[in-house]
Amino acid sequence: MGIGPYLAAGWVLLIALYGLVTSRNLIHAIGCLAVAQSSTYLLLLAVGYRSNGTAPVFSDLTPGTRPVVDPVVQALALTDVVVGATVTALLLALTIQLRKRHHTVDPQALTGLKG
Amino acid sequence: MTARARLLMFLAAAAVIAVFFAVACVRLPAFGSASHPYGDRAVAAALEHRTANVISSVNFDTRAFDTLGEESILFGTVLGATLLLRRARDERHVRAQAEDVMTTTRLFGALLLPVALIVGVYIVAHGQLSPGGGFQGGVVLATALHLAYVAADYRVLKRLRPLAVLDVADSIAAASYSIIGLTGLIVAGAFLKNIAPLGTFNEITSGGTVPVLNAAVGVEVASGLIALLAHFLDQAVEIGDPEQRDTPDANAQGGT
Repeated sequence: MGIGPYLAAGWVLLIALYGLVTSRNLIHAIGCLAVAQSSTYLLLLAVGYRSNGTAPVFSDLTPGTRPVVDPVVQALALTDVVVGATVTALLLALTIQLRKRHHTVDPQALTGLKG
Repeated sequence: MTARARLLMFLAAAAVIAVFFAVACVRLPAFGSASHPYGDRAVAAALEHRTANVISSVNFDTRAFDTLGEESILFGTVLGATLLLRRARDERHVRAQAEDVMTTTRLFGALLLPVALIVGVYIVAHGQLSPGGGFQGGVVLATALHLAYVAADYRVLKRLRPLAVLDVADSIAAASYSIIGLTGLIVAGAFLKNIAPLGTFNEITSGGTVPVLNAAVGVEVASGLIALLAHFLDQAVEIGDPEQRDTPDANAQGGT
């Protein structure tokens, strides 16, 4: 398999950054940020994969009979998901306020400072 | 800066990132390799503490302190969103309308809501045994309640959703995580040490403090998420635009 999955994670990150840079709508930009974050899930899970491995859950699996994938990076991915969701929620809340006060969600139209 | 200049700058930076990232990937252990020293140790630690779901064991036992930070982030977000999405002085409060809903839709919601709630509780309670846990089950619980909004209307959801109680539950659950940690410090000399009886492997009472912490996180995530969504839904349903009375079409463009 080589390094394909790692490169896929990098590709997802770069596509998301392209979306962020060219975005004309803050909601779309927040979506791009979520995609950028999901590239880290891909990288973490790729790092933790073990060939022919199954989920590290032993409720229906006798320990030692099958290889399991790395549980540490899976737990990190869970943390990542939670942090991603909270960041998205706060950014969406900020966007709602921005739309109310500046009447636009286009980041390129937000140039002046306003008290 | 023009859009074109910005794009060119991005492409230059992206090329640099791509090259360095690809070079770094070549030096990583090959995909699917058998050597995972931390994974093997985490599996051994989980089995030693009789926790069948190793990921729960990592999150709520070996890395329990990190999860304290994680749930604090969630708590902080709920506080932040509450602050950002409060009703401003110049905004009007519009009472939510009663909606006409098909009887079958209403019936579907009434039947599915308790089932979805039970599934949420199941996922929280079995976090130490099967995939799931406090975070996942909490999200299921919070979304289950919003079936009331999907299958009926906002008034029904508001009646089902005691926000004041949920705010208190959120705080108590967040605090109880630290209290469980402090109990470990007092009893066994280490913060968040797994001090509860470990129970029988693959039974619901296994894993020591893992199910207790899971329950605390489940309550916190469920009540925090309901409060968070409540503020967003209030914005959409119950809060009128400050300038809507003067210029009804001023805000029609953008954002949709």
